[in-house]
Amino acid sequence: MSQADLTIHGMVSRTEATEMMTAPTFSVAAKKMAMWLFIIADTATFAGCLVAYGFIRNASANWPRPFHSITNVAIMTLILLTSSLTILFAVRHAEMGDKAKAFRWMMITAVFGILFAVLHLREWMGMISEGATLFHNPWGTPLFSSLFFSITGLHLLHVTGGVIALIAVGIRYQGGRYNADDLEITALYWHFVDLVWMFVVPLVYLLNLSH
Amino acid sequence: MTADTPKSSGMTKDVGVYICLLVLAGIQFVIAYQDISAKQMFERMLIVAIVEAGLALLFFMHLADNRGLRWFVIIFTVAVLFGLQYGWTDSNRLINGVPWAH
Repeated sequence: MSQADLTIHGMVSRTEATEMMTAPTFSVAAKKMAMWLFIIADTATFAGCLVAYGFIRNASANWPRPFHSITNVAIMTLILLTSSLTILFAVRHAEMGDKAKAFRWMMITAVFGILFAVLHLREWMGMISEGATLFHNPWGTPLFSSLFFSITGLHLLHVTGGVIALIAVGIRYQGGRYNADDLEITALYWHFVDLVWMFVVPLVYLLNLSH
Repeated sequence: MTADTPKSSGMTKDVGVYICLLVLAGIQFVIAYQDISAKQMFERMLIVAIVEAGLALLFFMHLADNRGLRWFVIIFTVAVLFGLQYGWTDSNRLINGVPWAH
């Protein structure tokens, strides 16, 4: 080892300094860190939407409560929560090296995602058939419909993107191009979609339930 | 078989957390049918949602295993959420009018 390698400012060796500079942030791989940064940014997006919804709901005197039943939203919640478990199973099996089971659980998660999207669209169709659109609300202030379709639409967009990612990553994992880490990163995104739903349900649906 | 044991126990933990999340989601639906004011309902549901999100972050997204990343996420998220609260005064003013108008 050369003298230059031994110390920098008499404190750490050059080798140690290089290791410190190249070590991943928080011991998290770059790809995973990128997903975390995306999640934090997306949290700000959804938080902005939900808080803006809160401002408007608070400032509107006659806010409508158009939801009569919780059955559909309860089933959707159950599906999304279960899909979070199935993707965890996929990651666990991938970590154990069981490629076939990991792929199967990934596809089961994708099916749950599709089911969620179908139920969501069915609910939208029901509301549209009652006259609610992005700019018109038959029950009162048009802002309700605008906010409802915007927030749930943004979430649905995330679910759709997630389903495409699940299928694409699953197929590539099956083909040997991706590994367990890639599955885990996709799982992070899917859990985030689930996490957002935990706030959308009470704020957008349950608080607007007619009694 | 022995090497699989930690992963299997991990799956058991995942199922446990999943059941907790289902119960919490169920509690939110029960709150929705309580005979309480919208403000109380909002507060209770928000608390349950935060607990749910915490469980998902810690155990499903494995933040419990990484202290540095956990604080990074918490500090950024809380800062953003606090930053978004600036509009409540305007929101209240729209519905109640300015205090000196009464």
